[in-house]
Amino acid sequence: MQGFYPLFTAIPLGMAFINLLMAKISKKVADYIAFIATGVLAVMAVRMLFEPVFVYKVGGWPPPWGILLVSDGLSSLLLVVINVIGFLAIIFSTKYMTTYTAKPKYYTLFLLMIAGMNGVVITGDMFNMYVFLEIASIASYALVGFGCEKEELEASFKYLILGGVASTAILFGIAFLYSMTGTLNMPDLAQQIEILGMNKALGFVIALFIMGFGLKASSVPFHAWLPDAHPSAPAPISAMLSGVLIKALGVYSIARIMFHIFGPEPMISSILMFLGALSMVVGVFMAVGQSDVKRMLAYHSISQMGYVTIGLGLGLNPNVDPAVAALGLFGGLYHLVNHASFKSLLFLCSGSFEYRTNTRNKYEMGGLIRRMPITSTTCSIASLSISGVPPFNGFWSKLIIIIAFLKAGYPLYGAIAVLVAFMTLISFVRLQKDVIFGTLPEKFREVKEAPLLMTLPLIILAVLCLALGVAYPFVDQAMLQAAKDTLLDKMAYMSLLTGG
Amino acid sequence: MPDIDEEIRDTSKGMTSIVKTVVRFALGIIVIFGAYIVLYGHLTPGGGFAGGVILACGYIVLTLAFGRQIALRKMNNKAASILDTSGVLAFLAIGLLGYTGGYFFLNFLGRGKMFDLVSAGTIPLCNIAIGLKVTASLFAIFLALSIFGRFISSLVDEDE
Repeated sequence: MQGFYPLFTAIPLGMAFINLLMAKISKKVADYIAFIATGVLAVMAVRMLFEPVFVYKVGGWPPPWGILLVSDGLSSLLLVVINVIGFLAIIFSTKYMTTYTAKPKYYTLFLLMIAGMNGVVITGDMFNMYVFLEIASIASYALVGFGCEKEELEASFKYLILGGVASTAILFGIAFLYSMTGTLNMPDLAQQIEILGMNKALGFVIALFIMGFGLKASSVPFHAWLPDAHPSAPAPISAMLSGVLIKALGVYSIARIMFHIFGPEPMISSILMFLGALSMVVGVFMAVGQSDVKRMLAYHSISQMGYVTIGLGLGLNPNVDPAVAALGLFGGLYHLVNHASFKSLLFLCSGSFEYRTNTRNKYEMGGLIRRMPITSTTCSIASLSISGVPPFNGFWSKLIIIIAFLKAGYPLYGAIAVLVAFMTLISFVRLQKDVIFGTLPEKFREVKEAPLLMTLPLIILAVLCLALGVAYPFVDQAMLQAAKDTLLDKMAYMSLLTGG
Repeated sequence: MPDIDEEIRDTSKGMTSIVKTVVRFALGIIVIFGAYIVLYGHLTPGGGFAGGVILACGYIVLTLAFGRQIALRKMNNKAASILDTSGVLAFLAIGLLGYTGGYFFLNFLGRGKMFDLVSAGTIPLCNIAIGLKVTASLFAIFLALSIFGRFISSLVDEDE
């Protein structure tokens, strides 16, 4: 398995372009190519969970000259999230995307986005990370505007401009780091910065990275693109953007760089905790008045990503008890996985409702549980998960984050987390009342359940939502502890330079 | 389809005959220079991307001087798309062939003598693949923009 690590980017990249060539012969092949490619990737990603930590030298070049690919707990966790959700979104797309034209091009862009995200997650080289980040971002700009309607193009353009600014900030930060240390290899960078110590230039780099990656992670002063981009994209893409992209490009990069390159630092910690709390509050209050279901979900993404960011922030704090910091970090990572499952489920459900009713306005819907029982039930499960109702997964991760903050001596942040969880509950109870229960409007009397290929991913994700909550002790050991321990152990990451 | 020589002489399409004559002389030099930059990428400054841009500029000059029909005869949008895709796949194939020596992107060919044209193993091949991709995709982008511009200006005309 170790020798095939680069295939996580090579398979989707190659298949994306083979797909374009094959589409000139037959349009039907595209479905199968995308299905097989993402299926293989999902299986490979699950296999990676059982691999020990290793580094892969691209082209056989020894570090720090060549590009390193690193496989550890954190990248395995993210690989599973990206590829499993991607596979389910592809299954959903096979039927859903028939309402759009140019399906092969859609699959090509989708696979390029997967290639970019996998690349960001597996690489151990700063510039390589930037290149893959751009691949994923550019594919997502195109996918947001895929419908080519007026609002979609506008949202895509807005996302393009803001994303371009963020990428520039990131590149600028990388250039600064390179000028100071003379290396781009991440374990080597960590060693050099350890020797260099904190200075003003590094502070500027941190500011640039928090801005750039914060925009990709849509944390609150940089969130403006997200509420437009997510509703405009086709439903499976919204699920990918919200469930995976903002985590792989934003949160993962922040976590990797801040924990492993800069190391625990009180300043970074307080900035991240503040941004997280701000995102939680602003996101949830903006979500309240939205009538468009997908727009409301997009605002909730901002709010829920706040939980992840605040957890990471606590993990970075060297002044609190290490066990409590580890608990906060664990809660953040757990919420990351949970959010990927329930938010992509919610977006896919909204797509399924839209496929049959042709509307996204929640006030026009109602009583759909009688006509679309599977979609409605799964939507209900996801709503309960996101609002933190036991025994679903969202409850446990929020509980862990709140406990960690109370123990760490930040009662205000703990109280904000409780308040936001409560507001989320209100918001989703209303969503259920407006869409799933209530009176069925006359025009939807004849609505049918979505086709099997669309309901199957919904059922799998709903089972995951429940399983991640109920089977918490097993999940705990298998994936999350490894990821948490990886992040907290900066020395181990630095030693990859020589040990691999 | 009319004879290509007749179309080139057709004064109603493209720019004036001064421009056309200059482009006829310059085009060959542009293409040779682009190919040189691609092929000598491992020895001199430049490489696949820079050379590819120069080659694509050759096509763009051809389009501007003689009109789109002549340029499309040399490379139409379908051919551009296929060349573009095969450039990427060739590059990826070079990477995957590195597995014959055990590593992704291993330089598995002999290095040759330093400063020879055929040296540095797979790097010239990578440059050629990148050059192909950049030429075809930049020209395809140019075509797409010119078609889109015409589409937009037709919309504006309807409004007026």
